[in-house]
Amino acid sequence: MAFVQNFPFISIVLSLFSGPLSSVLGGKKAKWVNLAVITLIGAMSAAVLAFVLGTGEPYVYRMGHFPAPWGNEIRVGVLEAGMALFFCVVMLLCMLGGERERALELPEGKQNLYYVMVNLLLCSLLALIYTNDLFTAYVFVEINTISACGLIMIRQNGRTIEAATRYMIMSLLGSGLLLLGICFLYDLTGHLLMSNIKEQVGLLYAAGAYRVPLLVALGLMSVGLAIKSALFPFHAWLPDAYGYSTLSSAAILSSLVSKGYIFLLVKIFFRVVGFEVVRESGVLNILFVFGLAGMIMGSVSAIQEKNVRRMVAYSSVAQIGYIYMGFGLGSLSGVVASVFHVLTHAATKSLLFISASGLTDSSGDSKQIADLTGAGFRNRLAGLAFTVGSLSMVGIPAFSGFVSKLLFAQAAVEGSFVKMLPALLVLAVSTVLNALYFMKTVITLYTPARGERFSGRGFCRIGLWEQPAKTWAMLCLIVLNLILGLTSEPIIELIRDGLAMFE
Amino acid sequence: MDLSNLLSNYEEGVAMLLFGIGFSNLLLHKNLIKKIIGMNIMDTSTYLFLALKGYIVGRKAPIVTDGITSASAYVNPIPSGLVLTGIVVSVSVTALMLSLTIRLYRRYHTLDLDEISTLLKKEGK
Repeated sequence: MAFVQNFPFISIVLSLFSGPLSSVLGGKKAKWVNLAVITLIGAMSAAVLAFVLGTGEPYVYRMGHFPAPWGNEIRVGVLEAGMALFFCVVMLLCMLGGERERALELPEGKQNLYYVMVNLLLCSLLALIYTNDLFTAYVFVEINTISACGLIMIRQNGRTIEAATRYMIMSLLGSGLLLLGICFLYDLTGHLLMSNIKEQVGLLYAAGAYRVPLLVALGLMSVGLAIKSALFPFHAWLPDAYGYSTLSSAAILSSLVSKGYIFLLVKIFFRVVGFEVVRESGVLNILFVFGLAGMIMGSVSAIQEKNVRRMVAYSSVAQIGYIYMGFGLGSLSGVVASVFHVLTHAATKSLLFISASGLTDSSGDSKQIADLTGAGFRNRLAGLAFTVGSLSMVGIPAFSGFVSKLLFAQAAVEGSFVKMLPALLVLAVSTVLNALYFMKTVITLYTPARGERFSGRGFCRIGLWEQPAKTWAMLCLIVLNLILGLTSEPIIELIRDGLAMFE
Repeated sequence: MDLSNLLSNYEEGVAMLLFGIGFSNLLLHKNLIKKIIGMNIMDTSTYLFLALKGYIVGRKAPIVTDGITSASAYVNPIPSGLVLTGIVVSVSVTALMLSLTIRLYRRYHTLDLDEISTLLKKEGK
């Protein structure tokens, strides 16, 4: 066994133990520990990715060397390692970008607690990516929820506590359903390891036995995870949670936390139940309908919103809708498009949050879109970054959003006629709606602020290197966006290979 | 519809009924404490379901007694293990929810989540 193969396990344990370690360190030291841990885990994930690409096949890592039906396993393929690397990069940039806000907004002496939460969050995300055991996944889903709740409420004001409470309520509903689904599946198959469950489900399905309980289990797990990742009707907590928490929390929550659940759902589809069974069960049709509704309703709410942070938050609802619509198409290319959109959304939404905060800084800390008039001239890089993010979300070629929309459209055309028409129609309408509110904001940014209305608002210029951490974060995220947009071919190939390795 | 299955598995039916009660309490009640109670009912019903599924009539708890080592003498220990893990999770989640409730109550002097939302809108921050 090559030493590299231990890295997934080491990275989970490393982030797990750096959490408690941060709780006894001071704020500054905890920050450096956190940055070092994320960087180190990113490097290890890159090494794992290189290793798996080299061997060309996934490998299973037995925890404690207990053999298959009894022991707990980690399973690593191309997609898992690539996701882990990507999550680390985005998380690092989110932490960098929100550094100044954390120092200003978090209560004195509680800074280190923030890093406890971030480390545990990273641990749970990695575990969700790598684990091959369904119950372990459930436990880490809960850890993910609790640490995300901490990230929302650590900036203490009424809004965040209320948002954290609503978030917890929705998440608990979701995890209750997920747990029940897992219990059903365990009851039917007698296994908790994903590969063993899949074998048994295949046998049951071929024999035509227990069709209804199987359908119920699958439905419970899908709906549970959909609730947790804020699919359309379950998004009430989202705008407050993203709009009023501290910057890095908002960026991490929108770009990573919900994606962890979505990745688990992909794993359940491919590794636990089998995509054929999922496709025939009709559960995907429900996700399809809710995804379409989310694409429209999220954008409609975003258009009505006057607060820039909440507008970007509502746009997340629409983007989650895209992802579930891709699953709902029920074809492999649909899932590939969804997974690519996970990457797109993570890279773009964190860029939008960070640049929006750069713009509000230069506009006297007002978050109202009307007050951002001319902010693109006062903080040039943030203006550019927000424009790039907007163009990517709208789907202009050269940016990552274009590639995912193209993939969605292709997948829709390949699929059945019944789904093709609504998918393409809603895709078009949603794009127009996206363009409406994003372009409106960009135009506001580049309208010169002259006249009485804008005097005495505390407008100020922010130079390129006044906030170096944020500048680096924005530059890297812009580059990440362009990489996803311009060299999408190998990345799509990687996703395809990874999904093939799931089988 | 064949109801004889339901009758012979009425315990599981009870567990599902409790799950429904807990779920709708957590979703629909305005009062935060009642929501938390609902959550606990929901979680407990899942543990009841798991425990029922792990139990086999006439077998003993999986602790070796009187030197009987044959596996057929004992029930499956894994569901009990899962229940224990689940209890740990739900205790910590309950603690977190209660602490959030205390924070909200200290600020707004009410446990009604909708009322808190209206108060927040009035604050207008």
